[in-house]
Order: sequence, then C-alpha cells, then structure tokens
Amino acid sequence: MQNLTFKMGGIHPDDKKISARSKVEILPLPEKVYVSMAQHLGAPANPVVAVGDQVKVGQVIAEPAGFISAYVHSPVSGTVKSIGPRADLAGNMVKHIEIEVSGDEWMEDIDRSTTLITKIPQDNAFILDRIKKCGVVGLGGATFPTHVKLAPPPGKKADCLILNGAECEPYLTSDNRIMIERSSEIIVGAAIMSRVLDNCPVVIAIEENKSEAIMIMSSALNSLAKTMPECGRIAIRVLKKKYPQGGEKQLIDAVMGRQVKSGGLPIDAGAVVQNVATSLAVYEAVQKNRPLITNVLTVTGDCLTVQHNYQFRIGVPLSFITEYAGGVPNEAAKIISGGPMMGKAIANLDATTVKGSSSILYLTREQTERRQETACIRCGRCASACPMGLEPYLLYKLSKVGDNAALEENAVQDCIECGCCLYSCPAGVPLLDLIRPAKGNVLRIIKSRK
Amino acid sequence: MSNIIIWTIVVLFGLGVILSMVLYLVANKFKVQEDPRIDEVEKVMPGANCGGCGFAGCRAFAASCVEAGNLDNNFCPVGGNDTMKKVAAVLGLEVKEKAPMVAVVRCNGSCQNRPRTSEYDGYRSCKVESMLYKGETDCAFGCLGCGDCVGACAFGALSMDEQTGLPVVDESKCTSCGACVKACPKGIIELRRKGPRGMRVFVSCVNKEKGGVARKACTAACIGCGKCAKVCAQEAITVADNLAYIDFEKCKLCKKCVEECPTGAIHAVNFPQKPKVQKEEE
Repeated sequence: MQNLTFKMGGIHPDDKKISARSKVEILPLPEKVYVSMAQHLGAPANPVVAVGDQVKVGQVIAEPAGFISAYVHSPVSGTVKSIGPRADLAGNMVKHIEIEVSGDEWMEDIDRSTTLITKIPQDNAFILDRIKKCGVVGLGGATFPTHVKLAPPPGKKADCLILNGAECEPYLTSDNRIMIERSSEIIVGAAIMSRVLDNCPVVIAIEENKSEAIMIMSSALNSLAKTMPECGRIAIRVLKKKYPQGGEKQLIDAVMGRQVKSGGLPIDAGAVVQNVATSLAVYEAVQKNRPLITNVLTVTGDCLTVQHNYQFRIGVPLSFITEYAGGVPNEAAKIISGGPMMGKAIANLDATTVKGSSSILYLTREQTERRQETACIRCGRCASACPMGLEPYLLYKLSKVGDNAALEENAVQDCIECGCCLYSCPAGVPLLDLIRPAKGNVLRIIKSRK
Repeated sequence: MSNIIIWTIVVLFGLGVILSMVLYLVANKFKVQEDPRIDEVEKVMPGANCGGCGFAGCRAFAASCVEAGNLDNNFCPVGGNDTMKKVAAVLGLEVKEKAPMVAVVRCNGSCQNRPRTSEYDGYRSCKVESMLYKGETDCAFGCLGCGDCVGACAFGALSMDEQTGLPVVDESKCTSCGACVKACPKGIIELRRKGPRGMRVFVSCVNKEKGGVARKACTAACIGCGKCAKVCAQEAITVADNLAYIDFEKCKLCKKCVEECPTGAIHAVNFPQKPKVQKEEE
C-alpha cells in the first residue's frame, strides 16, 4: 500500500530526530514543584487545596472551572507551600500551586503495577468520567480536554478515530519513544476511545521516518489481536514524511481523504484525532485509575552531546530538567519548548512544565538567525507551501495595512500557524509574524458578531 | 476628397454637441445635493485626515458637524480650540473650550532602571512581540521599545530615545490625535491635560504587579504603596491593583506626591524650578 499524505502544500524540513534512540529515563523528584492552573485549553482550574495541606501523588488539587476545563492532580506527595501567580515560560503571570516534595506517597486507589489490562469497561459513561476525573487533555499540543473531544455533539458521528503518531516536527521524539516502549498500552487506549465513539474504526497514523515504531506497533497489534477482539477495528497506516502532517486537518486529509471546511471542526468531517500520548494517558486513566501526572519530554539540540527523553512529573521546573540533563550548553542561543517550527521560545527557565510540554530544544546562534529581509519577488512559494491553501504574501500585505475585511475574505482565520510560508520564503519576509496578529484580530471580530 | 473631410468634421461636431447635451441633462438630473457648508467647514480643518476625531477624515468630520447642528460631541484634537472656533463661526454655532491635551508615555523603564533578562529577535513590532511574550525585561506591563507608536504618529511628534529605549513625545508637535494610544499594545500612552505652561504631574508606570515583584523588575516602578494618595489634599490620586493614578481633572500641581514617592515613579514636567527630584522628559 502506498504511503499516505495530505494533498495541499507542506514542506520537507530536515527531520533531525537525533534523540530517537535515547530510551525514556525517569526523571528524579525535585525539591519543589509548581503546578500551573492553566495547563489546558479553556478556563484555568480552581485550586481546591489550601496552603499547608498535605497532598499525595494523584490527589486532586484543582477542579475544572467550566465545561472546557480540566482537573489538575498533584504530581508529588508533600506540603502545599503557596498558591499564587508565577511567570509561565512566556513570562505571563498564571496561578500556580507550589508543593514541597517529601517522600513519594501515592493515592491508594491508583494501580501502579505494570501489568497490561486488556479487558475494556463496557460502560461509556464510566469511561468518560474516568478520563475527565483523571484530567486527561490532548497531548499533541493544543491540550484540549479529551473527555469533551470524545463526546461529539448530538447528531454528529465519528466515522474514524485517527491516532496521531505523525510527530512531524523536527527534533521531537517523545511520541516515537512511547510508541516503541508503551505500544500495547497505546493500542488498548485506542480501543477504549473507539468504544466510546460507538466502536468506530481506528487508524494509527505514523510517519515513515519512524520505522522502529511502525514495526513494534504492528507486532504489538498482531499479538494483542489474539486476545482482544477490539483490535480488529484498529489499523496502522504509514504516512509520507511531510510537515505539517500532524496538524488535525492535514491528518484527516491524509488518512480519510476528507477536508474540514473553513471554520469547521474535525467531527464535521466525521473524524476524531487524538495523539498517541493521549491514548496512553487514556489507558492509564481508565484501566489503572492513574491521573495525568507524568508525560514524556525530549531534551535535544545539535549542540547537546547526549540526547535525552525523560518521563517527568508535570510541574517540575524546566531549570531542574536542564540541570539534570547536564546544564544549558554554551552554544545554545535560544531554548524552545516544543518543536522548532511551532514551538515557543522559553523566556524564563524558572517556568514549570505543563501537561502539554513535549520538548526542550537548544538552538545555536546560526540556527536561529533570521535571514535579511529583502523585497517579495512574487515567486509564490509561500502559497504553494501553505497546507491550508491560503496566500501568505497577500495576507502579509493586508496585515500591514490592517484591512480586516479583506483579511477575513482571504480566510486568515484558517491559518494554522505552521510556519511553512516563513520557512519557504526565499526573501526572508516575516510572513507568519504579521499574519498571526491579523488572525487574532479577525477571530475577535468574528467572535464579537455572534 | 475634400468632401470626406468636411463630412467627417460635421458628423463629429454634431455628435459632440448631442452627447454633451445628453451629459449635461444627465448630470443635472442626478446631481448630488450637498450642503455647501461642508466644503466651507472642510476648508478651515487642518486637513491631516488623521482620524483623531473619530471620523474617517476631515471631510467626514465636517459633514458630521453640519448634520448634527451642534458641536457638543465633535472636537478636532489636532486643530484644537482655534479650529473649533473657526468651525463654529462658519456654522454659526456655540463651542465649548477644551483644555489642550498631550500624549504622555507612562513608562520609565529605561535600560538602567529595568534590566533586560532576555533578548527578542523576532519581527520588530510591539504588537507582534506582545503576542509572543511579556517582553525583554521582567516587567510584563512596560514599554517594549519597538516603536509602534512612532510609526503610528502622523505628525512626527514621537521618536525613540536611543539611550533609554523609550519613546519621547515632542510636545510642540503632538496634536493629541490619539493614534499612538491605539497603537500601543501595552496601553502605556495616555492623553493627559497639557496643563498651564505645560506643567503636569503623572505616574510614569503602569505595572499592576505587587510592589516587590514590580520593584524587582524595574527600580522606577510604582509599587502601589499609597503614600502619594495619603499626601494628596485634592484626593486626585487613587491606588488600584498596586498602581497609583493621578486624575488630571483634580490635580492642582502641588507636587507633594512627587516628593513623597519612594521610587520616583511620579514625574513632574515643565516646572520652572531647580530640579530637586529627578526629572525626565517623558
């Protein structure tokens, strides 16, 4: 079968998966953790503990503050030291709970054994409740609460659940590692989500550059199929290497050949997309009653001699991880959380890890240097690279003059901020830099109309 | 041969006459009736089309003045009272005098006061930078220094001070149109009353962080201690969210607060005496 990919646009950056062979190490416990209340899309959670309280690992320390919000659990055992604002990695003040670590005492109802439980609960409401209570959010980057995504609005039905193992961003390898090391759990997690979505078929989509993951996932699926009838609904499909294949809309196009229309949600095209890491979190939540308190993160960079993948407790300060990994290399000019294409520069290493943290990436001065901006020569490379079929050069010009009506007409709101335009521009025009604020303006205008 | 030439001239001339009559009739029939006073008002306007009045340009403002029949809600900040008097004279209306305003930069986070903790190498625009992160210093409220306000000023009244990295308002050129106020994503620039002989007192800080945090980020920050509010006899100063604000309607320019402020966040400008308190041309 031919490898799949999406039709429109896309680029082929060097994939640089230099940490792909580093096994996941378990990060030791720090002295203090800072748990952010805004780790998910939607309203920040409300703390339910007070200063001085003793907490155990997995204890609920904050409750959702709205429909789109999530539970937050303590990643460590110890004493709550303070609750208050603290700078996140962009320097914005967000409410955090500071916990001083003592020992490692877990909640009694969490199953910490490593035995694989393949028997899936039959009650959908029970499954969704477990996912919600365990604070599971989408770990592909957007951190959208998973229980909301798994409950499609009435009248809409999922024809297919796509498990996103594309990991198309260069450098990142955390999804790759968990597919290699936790393959069976991911497959059971997929079966659980399929059960909630009326037993819809599941496609696990993996890019071709992760051959080890493809092999191990396939053999895990084959061996599980003997004992689990649900595995008959699960298939593994190989994708061509192309960025931004991990984008929801691109993945739906690649796997199902369907397009999500402008302003629509994946469910409108009959698809639900979940990350492989989310699938693992769902497995642990439903089968083991283990809340989302750990995740895997890549520490990588060309200037780093040893590459790492760590399983960390969510809330560990970034500086603790960089120290443990041997300190920030001297050549590093920029530290990025997330991939080099869409990740955010870390302005503050004292910031803490959140549920969606996927990497700490060191880039050197040469790698981050901006090209000298010269005049647009109208070559149209940005337009052919745009996976959403937009015309970035036009949006850039319109953004400069601030013509919001024309920006909306040219669908700036569909931009997924993947950065393909900026990457492909031979004139070094800061296309995305100016399209992003324009998109924000237009989205605000659209929202105010409702 | 000459026949053809004559006929050509006759036919073209005839066509010209007929078509011009058609055009004349059509133009008369569909003539747009416009109040002639709009033209007259427009003539006395500054003609900068800056949009400071809230209308698309000077002509739109003139049309609005004529239509409204009074000048209560219309004011041209660029032309000021002189222009409004002329407009009133043209239309035969009354106009209330307004105190002249000026743009004031409420941040004193110069390189000495506010050390840099990171380096921004993205697109040089405050709007873009503020979307990405809090800025190069630890103060999440202060000036980003990319100069969006300078670009927005149609009168050349703003410039960046190379040494402090902050924008400077040229009071003689500022027309208080408010374009810089809209351009600043951090809301640092405010239109304040110019004051007698340009004398005015204001809090040169917008940091709403708690005192300790604000002070750590910037030595010239308002720490919300409230000393200024206690000393003010006019009750012109309010402290909200750890930040003092001086109401220029109530301020009597006594400068007691300037002496009281422990961080020097309150500035008094254009006062004609020896500088005891450090005075920065904002």
